[in-house]
Amino acid sequence: MATTYEPVIGLEVHAQLFSKTKMFCGCSISFGAPPNTQVCPVCLALPGALPVPNARAIELAVRAALALGCTVNERSVFARKNYFYPDLSKGYQISQFDLPLNTGGKLVIDTPSGPREVGITRIHVEEDAAKNLHGVGHGTDTLVDFNRAGTALIEIVGEPDLRNADEAEAYLKKLREVLMFVGVNDGNLEEGSFRCDANVSIRPVGQEKFGTRCELKNINSFRFVRKAIEYEITRQEAVLSAGGTITQETRTYSDGLGKTIPMRTKEDAHDYRYFPDPDLPPLVITRAFIEKLRVTAPELAEQKRTRWQKELGVTLYDATVLTGHPKIADYFEEAAAALAGKDASPEARAAAGKKVANFVQSEVLRTVTTRGLEAEFAVSAEYVAELLRLVEGGSISGKMAKDVFAEMITTGRSASKIIEQKGLSQVTDTSVIEAAVAEVLAANASQVEKYKAGKTSVVGFFVGQIMRATKGAANPQLVNDILKKMLDAQ
Amino acid sequence: MTSQALCALSGIEIQKKVASGDVSAVEVTNAFLERITHQDRKLHAFLYVDAEGALAQAATVDRARKAGETLGPLAGVPVALKDNLCTRGVPTTCASKILAGYVPPYDADAVERLRRAGAIAVGKTNMDEFAMGSSNENSAFGPVKNPWDETRAPGGSSGGSAAATASSMASFALGSDTGGSVRQPGAFCGVTALKPTYGRVSRFGLIAFASSLDQIGPFARSVREAARVLSVIAGHDARDATSTTTAVDDYEAECGKEVRGLRVGVVADALGAGVDAEVVKATRAAVAKLAELGCEIVDVSLPHATHALAAYYLIAPAEASSNLARFDGMRYGLRKTGDDLTATYGTTRAEGFGPEVRRRIMLGTYALSAGYYDAFYVKAQKVRTLIRRDYDAAFKKCDVVLTPTSPTTAFKLGEKTSDPLAMYMADIFTLPPSLAGLPAVSIPGGYSADGLPIGLQLTGRAFDEKTLVRVSDAYERASGWLSRRPSEIV
Repeated sequence: MATTYEPVIGLEVHAQLFSKTKMFCGCSISFGAPPNTQVCPVCLALPGALPVPNARAIELAVRAALALGCTVNERSVFARKNYFYPDLSKGYQISQFDLPLNTGGKLVIDTPSGPREVGITRIHVEEDAAKNLHGVGHGTDTLVDFNRAGTALIEIVGEPDLRNADEAEAYLKKLREVLMFVGVNDGNLEEGSFRCDANVSIRPVGQEKFGTRCELKNINSFRFVRKAIEYEITRQEAVLSAGGTITQETRTYSDGLGKTIPMRTKEDAHDYRYFPDPDLPPLVITRAFIEKLRVTAPELAEQKRTRWQKELGVTLYDATVLTGHPKIADYFEEAAAALAGKDASPEARAAAGKKVANFVQSEVLRTVTTRGLEAEFAVSAEYVAELLRLVEGGSISGKMAKDVFAEMITTGRSASKIIEQKGLSQVTDTSVIEAAVAEVLAANASQVEKYKAGKTSVVGFFVGQIMRATKGAANPQLVNDILKKMLDAQ
Repeated sequence: MTSQALCALSGIEIQKKVASGDVSAVEVTNAFLERITHQDRKLHAFLYVDAEGALAQAATVDRARKAGETLGPLAGVPVALKDNLCTRGVPTTCASKILAGYVPPYDADAVERLRRAGAIAVGKTNMDEFAMGSSNENSAFGPVKNPWDETRAPGGSSGGSAAATASSMASFALGSDTGGSVRQPGAFCGVTALKPTYGRVSRFGLIAFASSLDQIGPFARSVREAARVLSVIAGHDARDATSTTTAVDDYEAECGKEVRGLRVGVVADALGAGVDAEVVKATRAAVAKLAELGCEIVDVSLPHATHALAAYYLIAPAEASSNLARFDGMRYGLRKTGDDLTATYGTTRAEGFGPEVRRRIMLGTYALSAGYYDAFYVKAQKVRTLIRRDYDAAFKKCDVVLTPTSPTTAFKLGEKTSDPLAMYMADIFTLPPSLAGLPAVSIPGGYSADGLPIGLQLTGRAFDEKTLVRVSDAYERASGWLSRRPSEIV
């Protein structure tokens, strides 16, 4: 009988720290600047230049660690990882090795069989390399753009706790969400600010010892991660089933070919000659600083979803949609709070939450553009709350709210302003409605006769006429009541 | 005043005359430039003379004086800068072919401070390539000659700075000291040469050899001048993470003070086998002189100092192997294009670096390699800790430790070039303070029968350069050595 294999997967994620400047110099890191315009002696590794750690980046790395339940080490050491490559200006990368900033965390992911805890081995701080641009110069020249060189990163090394591509994808998505909600990373896979390598091996089911692993690179989208891992599992199963052995190697994923291709074997692997960077004293972080960050840690998406279901009357589905981006979550909360008002009862808060959740999902979301950690809303949360308050108060109907919202987007005006200017306010003045009803009845005597003869279906006709006469502004309930009363009085 | 008379003045006197308007900075600068033209044909202390830049700076000083501004403590005083200190717009080569023609876009912190103090940078001095050597014979551009005897080495690696100071081609000079590269040439050339405590002077803009050891230090003909220069170049620099915030003392104020009651530690081992009889004799005479001045002489021991040479030749090359990786022909400096990337790296570095630099890169690469790291690098670091503890113990009994600077006087050019180990032995007394990060100064302490200077080394507690200055100055006044100068080169 054929052996059944169990995949073992561990992910290493490189996440760019959301700092305005690089890890060891003051250069800006905005994406898309012309090549080699965001550089200085330090990141170009000119002779004599020295690195100075970016305090903001360290703070972000600690925030990430706290959100992932890591131990933050009060003393950690920067180490040099030595190798030659044109995109590595100094001939070494400043990273951390045996004494990283953070160790031992975890991330809980949802799987079909319930929540599952995935271990995090360590989170260390390091700098990014530059970018080699092939074939952009003359002929086969490779040019180097150092704008990215020295960008602050954290590497999050996960334990080999994942068992299939679904779990790997769930882990990555959850990790990205956590990092975005603590404001550490912008989650931008396309621009490479969130990158992943996967270590994949397989072993016969029931065997404890790990099989030989392959490291997969170039899997910078959720789709690629899934496809590369699935391909690799199948490939390794085929090799072992045919009686072969797996070679420990680094493989790259080619989307064009839909498969992983060998890059280098273990024998070709570099000896990185790590040693403590003598330019940088050990990084010392006080307990007080760590506690300060712990206390001021932002609420994670997971916590928001749970709380919202309890307090803001939303379903898990709603909450999941609304935590799709940290700024959308903030927006929802702000609008819900504004609509409920101060000192609202729990019931009122839940009712307001529900209304806002519905409106945001049906109307607001399609007008939002997100870019990294930023989001642009066409209409402020406060204005949306005002609009919904006007619906609640009966000034306009729910249906009219949608038109008003469209108007708010184009004019940037508040709902009350638009309603006032366009005379859209619902007519609730009974004398106005009575006058309109009387007018319609007088003009349609034959229809009135039909009603009297028992043909009640003509009511719809009258309502339509009255609404037209009031330009749709009449409160429909009042129209119905008054019409019935006046018809019966005929 | 004649040119010759101007060049014979001390930097202190020059500053006074320039500040009072007795003489202009331009006159001073022209006098020194003229002297360089004559003297340096034989000595080869300079790799680049920046006449234009020097005169421009001098003119600025003169203008400031005429405008009634307060002039800096080094106003109009000519300085020579070792060619591993970055100078904006002025070639900086580290005496290496790999950096031939390289022009930095910025000034080293120490250079900036000198300029602010009004000093006139007349040129860049010759050195052992990348500061690796003890004789200056490792310069890719030919050695410096010792002004006391042109057949002899000036010491290294800052031989050009030492020779330029000794021969009055500049009032003072800056060098860099990793394992003795300021003190040993200071001793060979009969000038005061001070290596500050590690972290006292910013390394920003000093092209790194071994980052955990490198310190910039002054050469001057008198202790007072060296003290003034140190006050100018010392101080915290946010661009160097290893630079300290410890307050800078008024070192010059220590000159002229008494030394009665100060305890001078003498290391018996430093006056034993392997040390020239004349050096031993001079050192003993200096001890007697200090006792005469009221110093208390105590015996101290540095039991682990015998391992300093071995530890140093693991740590310094290890760091160098990484520091010099940036010279890869990709962004600046020499590039020798090969068939592929690896070949380009190989030929560029093989042709760009001289034999001693290549030897140390290989040594260091080996010491950091997988499987050897613990046995070599880690063990060497442990030795370093033990040496530091030796000094801690010694400084419980004394205030300064006195040894010879070098076991010999200046040796003949070519005498030791075929035997690296014999060359390395020239540093046995300067290495222990370097490994311990302590301040140490070499001052003239007598002359051999053939008229060569003998250097005395005083080592102090961390950041206690004050006491070094105080003892050195008292000895200088009592000994009368200050009046001895090398004969004029004709």
